[in-house]
Amino acid sequence: MATIVTVTSGKGGVGKTTSSAAIAAGLAQAGHRTVVIDFDVGLRNLDLIMGVERRVVFDFVSVIAGEATLNQALIQDKRLENLSILAASQTKDKDALTEEGVGQVLDQLAEMGFEYIVCDSPAGIERGATMALHFADHAVIVTNPEVSSVRDSDRILGILQSKSKRAKEGGKVHEHLLITRYDPARVENGEMLSKEDVCDILAVKLIGVIPESKSVLKASNTGVPVILDDDADAGLAYSDAVARFLGEDRPMRFVTPKKQGLFSRILGGGD
Amino acid sequence: MALFGLFSGKKKTSAAAAKERLQILISHERQNRNGPDFLPDLQRDILAVVKKYVAVRDDHVSIRLDRAGDASVLELNVTLPEN
Repeated sequence: MATIVTVTSGKGGVGKTTSSAAIAAGLAQAGHRTVVIDFDVGLRNLDLIMGVERRVVFDFVSVIAGEATLNQALIQDKRLENLSILAASQTKDKDALTEEGVGQVLDQLAEMGFEYIVCDSPAGIERGATMALHFADHAVIVTNPEVSSVRDSDRILGILQSKSKRAKEGGKVHEHLLITRYDPARVENGEMLSKEDVCDILAVKLIGVIPESKSVLKASNTGVPVILDDDADAGLAYSDAVARFLGEDRPMRFVTPKKQGLFSRILGGGD
Repeated sequence: MALFGLFSGKKKTSAAAAKERLQILISHERQNRNGPDFLPDLQRDILAVVKKYVAVRDDHVSIRLDRAGDASVLELNVTLPEN
């Protein structure tokens, strides 16, 4: 039985793909056979974030259309042997994702022995996003501490609770809140919603807080999931989040402002 | 900033304003979300019928569904013009 983890947010640009790549890599690092699928048909980017953009030959849609086998389309990660990537199609229409087709691919991945299937949902609430939500066992709601992102996250929660397969069968999708681009100094100054504020409003259990960090751009520049960067706050925060997802109890890190020395304050250093 | 804060008393921060706005908005949106899918269509149709007889403004008709126990109450409010 594979567990389907959908990474979603509603709003674009909050860090879904970065988070999908990090979570999938983290699950693989923890020893679980994991596949990460890009549901953003027409605007694929997971391949780039994972650093496999030059190895995409077949994709998710060509498998659904029967033009390629799943084995041909899966890209094996070169850093983690437990991790595979299934890219989205760059050209075909997003309506190519049918419920039946997507369901068959997910079943087949489970049969192949994958324990976790991470679905990187596109922004919005159209086909690709609803398909990724439909099959979710777990949903990781990626939210920035900012009004429009929080509102869109609540909208997505509503869809999960009414339109997902689990909801329709009388069950419930496990919801996890992941706050990204968090700036503890601005929170302390009252310029940014705190993690408690966001949790209060959305009423979802917090799985992690990822600090705003230069390392995220560095990771995407080089095509390495940020979780593999042991020197980066953001990478360590993702590792914590994955550990919590797997049931470990870890305290939140990087949620209080860094103490700046006199020199860095004068010189304007730091993040 | 901290020094100004001392003198200006408890000035509401922008984050507090954001939280308050979101709480109001989201509780409103959740109410609508839990309603059945036909509610907006029903409201439009009822409005059309009322308009056939009385000139009312679109925003003067409100419709809501409340659940109390195992019964649902459909509440329709039409504000008629004075004449």
